[in-house]
Amino acid sequence: MGRMGFSPKHACLTDEKDPNRQKITNLTSCLLVSCQLNLHCEVRPPFSSKFPLPFFPSLPIGTKATKMSTAFSAANFSTQSFPLNHTSTTSHDSPLVFAKPTSQFLRSTRKLRLSSSSKLNLNRRSGTVVAVSDVVKQKKSKSTPTLLITKEEGLELYEDMVLGRAFEDMCAQMYYRGKMFGFVHLYNGQEAVSTGFIKLLKQQDSVVSTYRDHVHALSKGVPARAVMSELFGKTTGCCRGQGGSMHMFSREHNLLGGFAFIGEGIPVATGAAFTSKYKREVLKEADCDHVTLAFFGDGTCNNGQFFECLNMAALWKLPIVFVVENNLWAIGMSHLRSTSDPQIYKKGPAFGMPGIHVDGMDVLKVREVAKEAIGRARRGEGPTLVECETYRFRGHSLADPDELRDPAEKAHYAARDPITALKKYLTENNLASDAELKAIDKKIDEVVEDAVEFADESPVPPRSQLLENVFADPKGFGIGPDGRYRCEDPKFTEGTAHV
Amino acid sequence: MLGVVRQKMLGQSLPKIRPVVSVLRSYSSAAKQMTVRDALNSALDEEMSADPKVFLMGEEVGEYQGAYKISKGLLEKYGPERVRDTPITEAGFAGIGVGAAYYGLKPVVEFMTFNFSMQAIDHIINSAAKSNYMSAGQMSVPIVFRGPNGAAAGVGAQHSQCYAAWYASCPGLKVLTPYSSEDARGLLKAAIRDPDPVVFLENELLYGESFPVSDEVLDSSFCLPIGKAKIERVGRDVTITAFSRMVGHALKAAEILEKDGIDAEVINLRSIRPLDRSTINASVRKTNRLITVEEGFPQHGVGAEICASVVEESFAYLDAPVERIAGADIPMPYAANLERIAVPQVEDIVRAAKRACYRSVPLAAAA
Repeated sequence: MGRMGFSPKHACLTDEKDPNRQKITNLTSCLLVSCQLNLHCEVRPPFSSKFPLPFFPSLPIGTKATKMSTAFSAANFSTQSFPLNHTSTTSHDSPLVFAKPTSQFLRSTRKLRLSSSSKLNLNRRSGTVVAVSDVVKQKKSKSTPTLLITKEEGLELYEDMVLGRAFEDMCAQMYYRGKMFGFVHLYNGQEAVSTGFIKLLKQQDSVVSTYRDHVHALSKGVPARAVMSELFGKTTGCCRGQGGSMHMFSREHNLLGGFAFIGEGIPVATGAAFTSKYKREVLKEADCDHVTLAFFGDGTCNNGQFFECLNMAALWKLPIVFVVENNLWAIGMSHLRSTSDPQIYKKGPAFGMPGIHVDGMDVLKVREVAKEAIGRARRGEGPTLVECETYRFRGHSLADPDELRDPAEKAHYAARDPITALKKYLTENNLASDAELKAIDKKIDEVVEDAVEFADESPVPPRSQLLENVFADPKGFGIGPDGRYRCEDPKFTEGTAHV
Repeated sequence: MLGVVRQKMLGQSLPKIRPVVSVLRSYSSAAKQMTVRDALNSALDEEMSADPKVFLMGEEVGEYQGAYKISKGLLEKYGPERVRDTPITEAGFAGIGVGAAYYGLKPVVEFMTFNFSMQAIDHIINSAAKSNYMSAGQMSVPIVFRGPNGAAAGVGAQHSQCYAAWYASCPGLKVLTPYSSEDARGLLKAAIRDPDPVVFLENELLYGESFPVSDEVLDSSFCLPIGKAKIERVGRDVTITAFSRMVGHALKAAEILEKDGIDAEVINLRSIRPLDRSTINASVRKTNRLITVEEGFPQHGVGAEICASVVEESFAYLDAPVERIAGADIPMPYAANLERIAVPQVEDIVRAAKRACYRSVPLAAAA
């Protein structure tokens, strides 16, 4: 199991080649990676001790990996996600417990690492990103517990996640009734990532997504009516029915789509970040600090374009955050079967940017990490790679029978539903009452029903719309037989598609 | 990939940066000659100085002064933020260009040759060409992809393909193929100002050729319309359509044909998409015979499209079958003599014209 921490780039830290030293567990390697960059990554196990491996449940128990995992005894792990479900003060100690025996080691290697990389431009990496666990630990150690969010923020997050969930469920219903067609990819279960990140953005910041983009559009502010109409293929949709499920664009909300090819959105997002920097430096719009978020999945992290853009974004210090929604599956291909080193956050430091791993089922944790990453980008300190460990409750698309995934794994993640967790947090910390949350649920149901009705009643695009928008300058259709530009001919868009 | 280019560049001394203006000053006022290289350089220079949103991005465009010296002097003038040297990441930087274009910047993305654009073709077609349609007009993409296209001299199969037909079949793109310096200047300026994605196919062998330019061409607001072909030589007997380097061959063939009493009309297409079908058809209706010349592969090529267009619109006017001259249906060979016959030659055009005029012709040339 070389991928569990034997990665050769850490070999320089153990120059004595002591075999005990080399059994760097993935936890400590994560710490080491982050220490090099003066930040800590999120180090908590994602699920219960039933699965002894912190990150990868589907590995069978008898393998070498479990031997390594006993280096940190599973019993000490908290079994529940933190901070939403766990109010005791002991849980956050568990990751740091394992750091202690090696803290000597960490300190010495930190010096080693810093000196060896002094030739490199360390200024790039001087952002201080603090671990969520540290932040929360500080907060928790005070006598009166302070909370991560206010009531208004909490209700906003809850409403956004419920909107995403209700909308996607309605999409599934509509698809099976035949009102929606083609490829529809639903986002159930991953709402914490979208809400956690996008709710921190301004309107001028941009979001680039993949084909699983309905909820990104909703979080960014595109009205539910416009998205639903687009899915039905009506002319009132956000792209007048010309884009569809996989191509949601909104100039007003700076949602740059909506790309069907995986990895295709990453260079486009990098270009949007490039524009923000260009506007500030060349066009002298001094206050242009727009940030771009690029969302993509675990499968995309094996694609060449991803690496090309990590390189260029770090090289030119672009204000972008690369958000990996690692839901462990690319259609039916498990992340572990397709990736040589499944820990995606480690790919960030290889290019000179911080790589952070966060529990993507926990909206508050995601929000904390997002605040730091977006803040970094806004201050001009460069890109960040954030790996959110999350899960999709449904199949890859509505046409996917979803037979390859283990029901136990599905059940495990279903128990960590981000909406339920946030609900619990809000009620337990007296931020909101059950009645208020139920009222929000009801309101969202009405919004979604209204969206469906609106979409149903909207007209389909007229035939004349077929040839519109191919070019911004319609002279691109050339010169007609009468010697004038075809677009000036009033009969141009009538008739069949033959131009 | 850079091997051949480096061999060529090694012969040149380290470039001294000459401002573009001095190029023009050194010519006599009687008949100004300008190389295609200088025409492209001056067009880029003028557009970049007129609009700060225009920037150039590509491999070796900055410190190396351009792989073919097209962007000579631009780095000195505009700085490294507007003339960006990129790593070898076609897919990455083409996509970055598209993302920047979504936000209103006007990137000019240079591919060292268009063969390398195949690594970025996803972005040219899927993110650039289709975006205006998919977003119902919200995202226009004012980007220009430029670079040398087609066969050079002895560069082998992977560096010699002509991409005009591939890109021209895609709706949402505009494809331009300049021939002379006037074409290069006017069309590049039009392309940079155009709000849609433009694929600008130059030709490496034309870079060094000089053409006469009028004062009007040298004016900084000179622009040629996209979608309009130019009739380089008016004739009566047979229409020859060509683009890029083949226009030169067609003009030479026309001179040879004139001695045999065949008056050929040569059309420089200039714009492959949108194709100027009306000019071609009007010419065919005048001459009744058509020959299409192109450098690329014959199947599904530009000539096939022109032939179909003429058959659809002017069938009754044709007195002879349409002759299609294209490159040989093989990957480009390396051996010099084979390479010569894999690309259309002047003799091929002359023979085809005679066939179209029902004169007897000798068989195809031997290697």
